[in-house]
Amino acid sequence: MEAEVVPKKNRFNWFIMFWQGFTHMTNYGKTLWVLVILKLIIMFFILKPFFFPKYLDEKFDSDNEKASYVTTELVERSLK
Amino acid sequence: MDLLLNSAMVNWSRAQFAMTAGYHWLFVPLTLGLAIIMSIMESIYVKTGDESWKRATKFWQKIFGINFAIGVATGIILEFQFGTNWSNYSWFVGDIFGAPLVIEGIVAFFLEATFISIMFFGWNRVSKKTHLTATWLTTIGATLSAFWILVANAWMQYPIGMEFNPDTVRNEMTDFWALVSSPIAINKFFHAVLSGWGVAAAFVVGISAWYLIIKRHVDFALKSIKMGAIFGFISFVLLAVTGDGSAYQVSQKQPMKLATMEGLYEGQAGAGLIVAGVLNPKKEAFNDEVDPYIFKISIPKLLSYLGYRDLNAFVPGIKDIIDGGYKLQDGSTALSFAEKKEKGQKAVEALVNYKVAKESKRIAEAEIFEKELRDNYAYFGYSYLENPEDNIPNVPITFYSFHLMVIIGMYFILLFLVIWFFGRKQKLQSAKWLLYVGLWSIPLAYIASQLGWIVAEVGRQPWTIQDVLPVHAAVSNLSSGHVLTTFILFAVLFTGLLIAEVTIMVKQIKKGPDEVYKNDTFN
Repeated sequence: MEAEVVPKKNRFNWFIMFWQGFTHMTNYGKTLWVLVILKLIIMFFILKPFFFPKYLDEKFDSDNEKASYVTTELVERSLK
Repeated sequence: MDLLLNSAMVNWSRAQFAMTAGYHWLFVPLTLGLAIIMSIMESIYVKTGDESWKRATKFWQKIFGINFAIGVATGIILEFQFGTNWSNYSWFVGDIFGAPLVIEGIVAFFLEATFISIMFFGWNRVSKKTHLTATWLTTIGATLSAFWILVANAWMQYPIGMEFNPDTVRNEMTDFWALVSSPIAINKFFHAVLSGWGVAAAFVVGISAWYLIIKRHVDFALKSIKMGAIFGFISFVLLAVTGDGSAYQVSQKQPMKLATMEGLYEGQAGAGLIVAGVLNPKKEAFNDEVDPYIFKISIPKLLSYLGYRDLNAFVPGIKDIIDGGYKLQDGSTALSFAEKKEKGQKAVEALVNYKVAKESKRIAEAEIFEKELRDNYAYFGYSYLENPEDNIPNVPITFYSFHLMVIIGMYFILLFLVIWFFGRKQKLQSAKWLLYVGLWSIPLAYIASQLGWIVAEVGRQPWTIQDVLPVHAAVSNLSSGHVLTTFILFAVLFTGLLIAEVTIMVKQIKKGPDEVYKNDTFN
């Protein structure tokens, strides 16, 4: 197999790879990135804070309070 | 405090989780399977230097990229739900369930995300071997992600490696390796990953068949369809092997699930495996005298062999598991539902008494109650079940899902074998009927893939954690209106994503591989 001789200016560079990759992206690639970013914004900045807060974190501050609450929940649902 | 549970809220929470998990599982199998297919194709290219394999690799890599981009973070939604809709569950299992999910995020995802950039952007920037390594590492990263998620799910089916802490009311990890090496986890991992390989094989074969039908990119299509058929055949045969493993695990750890999968109400020694059958809708109670089947075709003794590696082993039916009294594999006698419920209630009462004694600083008394709790903890969840029927999963859903999945699996073994045979005889292009069958079989692979999860998750009901925590004890005390709102939100969001993916993918498939090859950077 031929040895690969890579001129210094063509040697691998992370920044150049990403720069050229993103700037030479085709339309469908750009569309995908827009969809991904939009999806992440919707998930983390709309759904998570407004619709999916952590239930126990919202109601209680300490682990002791959470443990006490869950104990009550589990016990009451069992003995009802 | 009003703790009266709204059953509508419970069911909407379940429906939401099922819907989001189902959507997530539309994307994941293709990612897992295309990753390995493109890795194999690129390996062939690097080994042979044949540029047509590079063309094929880059095309399937593009499809992989579309699927990956649309599917990414659909799993995060499931984690959101743990914290909101399933807070009791989340707290109860946090220390043990959370660990695999964290590892998945940190290790597997970053491995995947790092090397995926070289895979897409690195063509002609790194050597062939470096690029190939990046492709394989992307594949390994995606597969590792699946492993950790499946470790977490396997723990729900067979909880081990933990100890319940009555002070914090949490299950705490005591044995990480027991969790990771759980036979349920190992088998589930191979079975789930192979199902992804099967979906991707069906996808590659179907799309290639379409190209052959319209007589475009013939060389590419012939290479892909032959490779896809061989890969698919091997995948589905191995799926049958791991499916056998799953049945064995289920018989040992979740006998009610196995009985439900087979619609087996009355246990039998030398029980037959049902190949096909129709359940009798008139069967309304587990202990009525009504025949559970309108008709069935079964292979004698095979269920006993699958479940217990003994052609004459006794396989308990639903009624036996409720009534108890039969001999278990270890020689002990199976407890009845009533006995398990009594133990579960003892465990809950012991927890209450422990807390009271601890608060009153009666330490010696607290230790007695703690022992009683631990002695009965294995049946903790039975204290929540009122009637024996509460312990039975939905029989028709589990039964039909299981059998349809197996039938589709057998179908694909045959289909790939036939395609491979026609490929060897150089008769694929003239066998238009077979190409159309290949094309229209793509949805069947997805259906089988979803059915597998339905069997796994509907079959484990009523449990979120087998025997320890049922669904209605696991949910948060939310209003059903809140859950319904988020259900609709997700339905709209995910349907939109799916339409976007299908639209973009169809457009790129119509363009075909030549378009990819012309632009030698990531498209």
